[in-house]
Amino acid sequence: MTPVSYFEVFKALSAEAVLAVTALAVLTLDLAWLRRADLPIRRRKVGMAAIVGLLISIIPLWQQFDHPRTVLMGGTLAVDDLILLFKFVILVLALLTVLISMDYDLGRHVGEYFAVLLFGAIGMMLLISAEELLTIFVALELTSISLYILTAFHKGELRSQEAAVKYFMFGAMSSAFLLFGLSYIYGVTGTTSLLGIREAVRTSAGMAMSPLLATGLLFAIIGFGFKVAVVPFHLWAPDAYEGAPTPVTAYIATGSKVASFFILLKVLFVGFAGMEGSAFWGRFASGWVMLLAITGALSMVLGNCAAIVQHNVKRMLAYSSIAHAGYIFIGFVAASRMGATGVLFYLIVYALTNLGAFGVVAALSSRAGGDEMQNFNGMAKRAPFLSLLMLIFVLSLAGIPPLGGFFGKFYLFASAVQRDAQHFGLLWLVILGIVTSAVSLYYYLILLKHIYVTDALDQGRIITPTYLNVTLGLVALAVIALGVYPKPILELLNGLIAAL
Amino acid sequence: MQVDWTIYLTFLGAGVVLLLPRDSKTLIRWVALATGVGALLVALKNYFDYNAWVNAEVSAHGALRDGFQQIVNVAWIPALGVHYHLAVDGINFPLVVLNGFVCVTGILFSWNIENRVKEFFAFFLTLIAGVYGVFLAMDLFLLFVFYELAIIPKYFIIAIWGSTRKEYGAMKLVIYSFVGSALVFIGILAMFFSAGGQTFDILELVKHPLARDVQIWVFPLIFVGFAVLAGMWPFHTWAPTGHVAAPTAASMLLAGVVMKLGAYGCLRGAMMLFPQGLEYWRWWIAWIAVIGIVYGAAVALVQKDFKFIIGYSSVSHMGFVLLGLATLNLIGMSGAILQMFSHGIVASLLFAVVGRMVYDRTHTRQLDELGGLAKVIPFACVTFVIGGAASMGMPGFSGFIAEIQVLIGAFSMSPWLTVGAGVGILLTVAYILNAIHKVFFAEEEHVGGKATSSHGHGHEGEGDSRWNLPPISVPEIVGALILMALLVIVGLYPSIMLNMIKANVEIFLRGAP
Repeated sequence: MTPVSYFEVFKALSAEAVLAVTALAVLTLDLAWLRRADLPIRRRKVGMAAIVGLLISIIPLWQQFDHPRTVLMGGTLAVDDLILLFKFVILVLALLTVLISMDYDLGRHVGEYFAVLLFGAIGMMLLISAEELLTIFVALELTSISLYILTAFHKGELRSQEAAVKYFMFGAMSSAFLLFGLSYIYGVTGTTSLLGIREAVRTSAGMAMSPLLATGLLFAIIGFGFKVAVVPFHLWAPDAYEGAPTPVTAYIATGSKVASFFILLKVLFVGFAGMEGSAFWGRFASGWVMLLAITGALSMVLGNCAAIVQHNVKRMLAYSSIAHAGYIFIGFVAASRMGATGVLFYLIVYALTNLGAFGVVAALSSRAGGDEMQNFNGMAKRAPFLSLLMLIFVLSLAGIPPLGGFFGKFYLFASAVQRDAQHFGLLWLVILGIVTSAVSLYYYLILLKHIYVTDALDQGRIITPTYLNVTLGLVALAVIALGVYPKPILELLNGLIAAL
Repeated sequence: MQVDWTIYLTFLGAGVVLLLPRDSKTLIRWVALATGVGALLVALKNYFDYNAWVNAEVSAHGALRDGFQQIVNVAWIPALGVHYHLAVDGINFPLVVLNGFVCVTGILFSWNIENRVKEFFAFFLTLIAGVYGVFLAMDLFLLFVFYELAIIPKYFIIAIWGSTRKEYGAMKLVIYSFVGSALVFIGILAMFFSAGGQTFDILELVKHPLARDVQIWVFPLIFVGFAVLAGMWPFHTWAPTGHVAAPTAASMLLAGVVMKLGAYGCLRGAMMLFPQGLEYWRWWIAWIAVIGIVYGAAVALVQKDFKFIIGYSSVSHMGFVLLGLATLNLIGMSGAILQMFSHGIVASLLFAVVGRMVYDRTHTRQLDELGGLAKVIPFACVTFVIGGAASMGMPGFSGFIAEIQVLIGAFSMSPWLTVGAGVGILLTVAYILNAIHKVFFAEEEHVGGKATSSHGHGHEGEGDSRWNLPPISVPEIVGALILMALLVIVGLYPSIMLNMIKANVEIFLRGAP
């Protein structure tokens, strides 16, 4: 065991350190100076402080970029360009969440809100750089606990409390599953490092067949399945999404999803590279690919079908995000480099699109009196600009070109067909994905119908702050750019994955 | 300016319209019209250049060797071998020009829209730009992108500005199109990876046909996927409801151009790339097309709603396109492509009469309630008679040249196909004459209070007509004259279009089995 150089660790994690300091500073600022200020002003000032911290923490990421991969503390944490890129994505998502939150009524505990939000971001960033099972678990808990607290922030509202309790119960159970699974994995392989597990699976022939290891993997996947909300582990999502304050919903649906999917990708593609099995039609073999193919298929079907009957926009988006988790699993099932690229590209597009959509919902629902579909009637006349942005985000979720969602989906599906191109072994999953996304267009159009077609009773114009319009406009531009010109980011991801 | 500027100009126009203040309605209309005319002029200029080039080539060498004129071809997404590749040949050029004309006349016939003018023209021009893109794209991925881009604006145009169960019609149309494009999507992916996963470029893929068994199952996916939008029986049911629900300009576009997108997709995306698949399935296509011709015409005959008649007639006429394509001989296929152009103009004209000239004035489309309009709006009557005559294939109009060629082509495949299609033509004559009679004449049937004109502006027994309608406006006259002129020009002087079509179909057939 080599002695740990704490200076190296600090250097590698300086972005997280900046965030931790910011979180404490934000708390202090709010407690010491802003207690008596009006709530909107408090939110603006505290939010600005959080934004400054988030922007500063981008600098160390930038400096670390383009350096060779470093591994810290005996393989616990790693830093490479791919990890840095996704830490950056998390920072951007946190930044956008802060911007949306500044305009949203969160009650009196402004400082605490932004501090917990930043702690959540730290958890997600650690999760992304973790390469060892226990660190993964700890980072996941840090993320989750922050999110439970954030979900309950609508203190006066019953459904927020209910959502938080439900989210917490399910989350705690999933942590138990995960930890149980990890303990088996450690027990069989004798190591908690992902690379060590890969070595163990590869070198000893019997290990890949070991029922104990398979059980451990199964439980771990169930644990992760809760976190990313795939069927049948999705039950918490609709309630949590609907009940949480909308900026928090955005954060849960994007930041925590990105981090969880990223780590799941790493665990499966790095740690359990030898235990894929097969999901090719007619040639099924047990392994995690099979498991993911089934849960992915169920998520696509159930998520899309359940979304059709929803009347609440956030709830509908919750079911849609379950369906999207199913699409992302198709990239996992491909279990190839192209599949991994597809997953990561889709994560970026999906996160930006969903954040934009929830951002618009947050801005409009607080002014239109609710987040039911009817509240959005005639929005195209009341808030033309944000309605146009919503059109872009929703169509991107539906996978309409030339928006990012289309290309992301195309690449995911292409990766699955490519995997067994001679016999079209995964075509069944792709067909399911394409057919269900044709179904999904229906409910997305219903939402757009409320916004564009139905007339509102209240015709008053809705004025939203300029900074919010600009921010969401930039997100929409990014969504368009990712679809029209995906080449740079795609090549970046491809190169980074190839380097691993 | 190359013909790809039609796409950019139209997108630009949509952007400019979005930036204009919503209350300056006249300005918005003029900007939209200027955009449409600009794009049309670009298309026409290049069309005549290309036509001259084809004629020169044919007279010099006896035939065309390569009909394509490349416009732009740059790598777009290298990881998937996707190119931004636009090119023209004699098959898509007539359709590009058609789109230009329908766009301009559609804007003219939408001059009276007062509600949310800005959004209307923004959606309209986006749709037009997408259609230009589909016709020009020579990369299957790019074609698919433009194709899907064109689907969404249709929903809003119909759902917001339409009539008669507009939300239902709009949703039905979009779901049908999207399910069709889902089939295409699956087919494209399967084809791409069977071909080695190198390129989506149609002109490259043509050079390396796939194994026969793959062709046989991928071909129907792509063909049917596109044919849904072409109104192929039994997937046509979106067409009548969609056409009826749509506002005039959108019905013109739907029947005039969007259905051609489907047929064009069948030709470019399925038939060109899967010669053996086509060979295997073409009898099915031909017979289904004939069923569509007869079925569409027969259903049109019993309709009570003026617009539904034209809606079903589109299904019937698109059957001729599919039948012609399935013949796989020079005369039949050339006829099919000319029929796409011809029907585009005819359908636009007829929908303009039904939707704008009649319905916007009388607020009813029921045949029983209409009648005697020939005296009140004679211009509409003349226009409809000319459009109707072209529709039933009267010599002297473009429809005749197109349909006669399809019939001859089908005869060499099987005389029974021609017999079936001929029955369709007879039915067409019947329903067109019936519509002319009931809508524009047949006044005496209504006298006596049989029809209560509660919907209309008219009063029975007042003066010499029960109708009291505003006169036909200038934009309507201009639009109708443009479309009628096209019917006659192409009808009397078909070589202006047929030469380039034939030269390119010949090239296609050389590559076919």
